[in-house]
Amino acid sequence: MRPFSFVRALDVPNAVALQAQTPDARYLAGGTNLVDLMKEGVEQPGRLIDINRLMLDRIEELDTGGVRIGALARNSDTAAHPLVRSRYLLLSQALLSGASPQLRNLASAGGNLMQRTRCYYFYDTATPCNKRTPGSGCGARDGFNRMHAILGASDACIATHPSDMAVALAALDAVVQVTGPSGTRSIPLEDFHRLPGDTPDRDTNLEPGELITAVDLPPSDYGSHVNYLKVRDRASYAFALVSVAAALDVRDGAVRTARIALGGVAHKPWRAREAERQLSGQRPERGAFERAAQAAVAGAVPRRYNAFKVDLTRRSIVRALTLAAAGR
Amino acid sequence: MNEPDDRSRREFLRQAGLGSGFIAGQSLLGPLAAAAETSAPRDAPAARPPSAVVEPGEVPVSVRINAATHELRLDPRVTLLDLLRERMQLTGTKKGCDHGQCGACTVLLDGRRVNSCLTLAVVCDGRAVTTIEGLSAGPGLHPLQAAFIEHDGFQCGYCTPGQICSAAAMLDEARAGWPSVLTAPGSTGNGQPVLSDGEIRERMSGNICRCGAYPNIVSAIRRVAADANLEVSPEGAEGTPL
Repeated sequence: MRPFSFVRALDVPNAVALQAQTPDARYLAGGTNLVDLMKEGVEQPGRLIDINRLMLDRIEELDTGGVRIGALARNSDTAAHPLVRSRYLLLSQALLSGASPQLRNLASAGGNLMQRTRCYYFYDTATPCNKRTPGSGCGARDGFNRMHAILGASDACIATHPSDMAVALAALDAVVQVTGPSGTRSIPLEDFHRLPGDTPDRDTNLEPGELITAVDLPPSDYGSHVNYLKVRDRASYAFALVSVAAALDVRDGAVRTARIALGGVAHKPWRAREAERQLSGQRPERGAFERAAQAAVAGAVPRRYNAFKVDLTRRSIVRALTLAAAGR
Repeated sequence: MNEPDDRSRREFLRQAGLGSGFIAGQSLLGPLAAAAETSAPRDAPAARPPSAVVEPGEVPVSVRINAATHELRLDPRVTLLDLLRERMQLTGTKKGCDHGQCGACTVLLDGRRVNSCLTLAVVCDGRAVTTIEGLSAGPGLHPLQAAFIEHDGFQCGYCTPGQICSAAAMLDEARAGWPSVLTAPGSTGNGQPVLSDGEIRERMSGNICRCGAYPNIVSAIRRVAADANLEVSPEGAEGTPL
């Protein structure tokens, strides 16, 4: 690991000011991804700013009826919190599907959004990667790309975003609160992460020095009619091949609104908006679910080793919607 | 399990580490191992106030490890795992993958289980670490240690300290009503989950055992959970399927 300077930040303005002094500084929260990437030489920050004392770990009700999750709330606390458990079961399920209990005790809401892809070529500094070293090429495009993207990828990058939490947040229309050198702003979760295009080195739309302070959840109409389905190579403690966050608001026997977000298939949590539109007004039955799932993968571009993901995604959407409709 | 033999083995390793291993330690770890204790242990560490930027070099850290508080100066690159093993001679905590993928390095940080390999020691300032060496409150074995022996919950034993630390925290989490992904909505909150074998396996999924001693690990944990008045299902009950 490269040497770096270390500082414990006092509060949010102090953290932002410390970051502004050193362009290659990184904020350190749980460290479960950043420390690992530093061991691998993928991340080589000149300064770590320890933000763990910033008192951003509260989970509280908003005046709107929604809930604010502090950026430093640990994933295990968020998943077990009565407000989250009772109102946003989808988020709790997604959090508890991710990583391991030990990692969830360290991992924070803000850090989860900032985690990098687990693409093997990104991690292996001996191979080309446009995300790690812009312009060096993509090892995955014609390499072993079983875990890679089928939606929204580019010639420069076919990496996927690894988060489960962010997939549920996308479905729930969460809003990310950030503070930077020029003040505070709100970023809808769906606009927080980027598609790779020609600049896959930029995962998010954060400006330099901006710090996530909270994630806000608007009131949810979905109750228990939600399901987070994660499909992976073993039963637990593995990244998703495909995941689906599904929520249905069913009234008088018809779907009023549906939310579908996908993980493991794109460079960002992927909202399947066309599929949602197709479900609106339909009876919550298998035929409608299958048509919606077909719409969700209509634009899929599989690679040599991940063509299975197209069918897997389609079937996973049908299953997640079926379980959501059953309210379990 | 032969306690005296085990102690003498540790003592031998400790002496070897201070003697012939010193030069090797220097060359392998360089400044990472150059932490120095500046005073005797005291009772409780106080988190120090936010500091000025520390340029590459050593950072002051006050950390309680098992029964003692240590005042250290550490290169910020040192992980908690390397601090425990290379500096404190607490070699019960094992380095498996060193990347958060196996759980062998699991310790308790302020009572919660964490991967010590991904935790920088400098962020433990003002906090309390419990390792397998400090898990038992008294001179005897912790109930989980005894149960792992009774139920033969290991083969090679390398993952065992991490399994036991993880299980100790897992039982506390269940007592506090924390759900797992298998826990049905509404069955927690103030209540506690029923620890079916499926629940125990899911809650212990952050600890890999290459020998595959899982059935006996589960039975050891089930026994201790039952003894601690947590609700368990009979052997073989898998709980709510995914």
